[in-house]
Amino acid sequence: MAKYLLLKHYRGAPAAVNDVPMDRWTPEEISAHMQYMQDFADRLEKTGEFVEGSALAPEGAWVRYDGEGRPPVTDGPFAETKDLIAGWMIIDVDGYDRAVELAGELSAAPGAGGKPIHEWLEVRPFLSAPPTVTE
Amino acid sequence: MNEALLRSLTPSVLGVLVRRGADFAAAEDAVQDALVEAVRVWPDEQPRDPKGWLVTVAWRRFLDATRAEAARRRREDLVDEEPAPGPVPAADDTLQLYFLCAHPSLTPSSAVALTLRAVGGLTTRQIARAYLVPEATMAQRISRAKRTVSGVPFDQPGDVATVLRVLYLVFNEGYSGDVDLAAEAIRLTRQLAAAIDHPEVAGLLALMLLHHARRATRTAPDGSLVPLAEQDRGRWDTGAITEGVGILQAALARDRLGEFQAQAAIAALHADAPTAEETDWVQIVEWYDELAGLTDSPVVRLNRAVAVGEADGPRAGLAELAALSDTLPRHTAVAAYLHERDGDLPTAARLYAEAAHKAPTLAERDHLTRRAARLNAGLRR
Repeated sequence: MAKYLLLKHYRGAPAAVNDVPMDRWTPEEISAHMQYMQDFADRLEKTGEFVEGSALAPEGAWVRYDGEGRPPVTDGPFAETKDLIAGWMIIDVDGYDRAVELAGELSAAPGAGGKPIHEWLEVRPFLSAPPTVTE
Repeated sequence: MNEALLRSLTPSVLGVLVRRGADFAAAEDAVQDALVEAVRVWPDEQPRDPKGWLVTVAWRRFLDATRAEAARRRREDLVDEEPAPGPVPAADDTLQLYFLCAHPSLTPSSAVALTLRAVGGLTTRQIARAYLVPEATMAQRISRAKRTVSGVPFDQPGDVATVLRVLYLVFNEGYSGDVDLAAEAIRLTRQLAAAIDHPEVAGLLALMLLHHARRATRTAPDGSLVPLAEQDRGRWDTGAITEGVGILQAALARDRLGEFQAQAAIAALHADAPTAEETDWVQIVEWYDELAGLTDSPVVRLNRAVAVGEADGPRAGLAELAALSDTLPRHTAVAAYLHERDGDLPTAARLYAEAAHKAPTLAERDHLTRRAARLNAGLRR
């Protein structure tokens, strides 16, 4: 049992095979894509592997501490930020191979022309609690 | 009310229902209902025969559910032929339930979840919290597992080894919610040991007790890892150690060595050393040789390299390590440690930092980062 984060990027991932921006899809293609994502999550819930998932707005800000008694400084968004995360899903699976299998399925979500996007998804293991038996 | 006592009755009550002809999935739901009812009612009035009470309530729940189902299907006549609740049979099906819940057709995570619920008597919510997943996800995992084993005959002989792997997983997982999984694994293994006489069951129970004995000293108050050599041995649980060693010795005397007995023997040698310096590393290496013969696991060979490093010096350990693939988990951390012991601090610092980058757990990452930082600070001086 291990938890993995499946990360979907707006920007920063290698180019997808079917790399057409979403605003050039037909409305039906967008609906089909959304439905696929929902069905995927529903299916994972039924297999007992779903933990949580969420989408993120593309626009955000950078925030940092600016010293005692001062409000935090905000800046951005910076257009040059290379890596932009679109959303995530956390899964709880038996191992890495299953995580990769599921990421592959998620990457097959339909895009322009109703064809799979083949987008690159990032698969990141969670750091877990240490095992009880160590030696 | 003693919740552990209540939960210890779970498998035998479930066994009675299945023996009376209830299908496993429905019976398991009914037993859960009965447990919930017991938690509600017993604090006011604990029955004189707790098991009989649970059987009666669970059976009634099962009949109610089956009748509702049958009514839905207009097959009420079938239910009327069900036998009336009779006396509780003496035969105990606890062992059969362990086998069923660890059936080879289940994935490890499903087997773990089903065992904790059907044998352990934990609720779905408790199991979900322990494994940090939503309750709905865990409910699905359990009901899927029940469907998977629904066709397995209850009397089919099982394999103790698969049960032991499941219990080991529960013990070793390390997650903690409001359920103490390590303590629960010990309880379940103890119960299994009472149901079947098998040296490896004893070996696993001993292994768990010996590791559990050190638990309080494994982490500092701030949550950081304390390595074995730096643990406060005065705080080890001597009662658990004595029990574990006793169980292990009785198992070893039967001369049917297995992987868990060998692991427990290594844990016992650590437990036996009054100080880290007095550890009998030569014997530990011998046990790792036994273990390597039993499992052929690369992790065992990695741990053996550490033991060789202690028994014959860090150079010998590094030579052992060189024979192993550096893609093994914790290979870099072991290399860092052996280089540190060998006095090559710059290499050790570099490898600790690299190992921290690859660490599979948060506590290990922080531990390795601190070691790298400490060596680097020393090297700057």
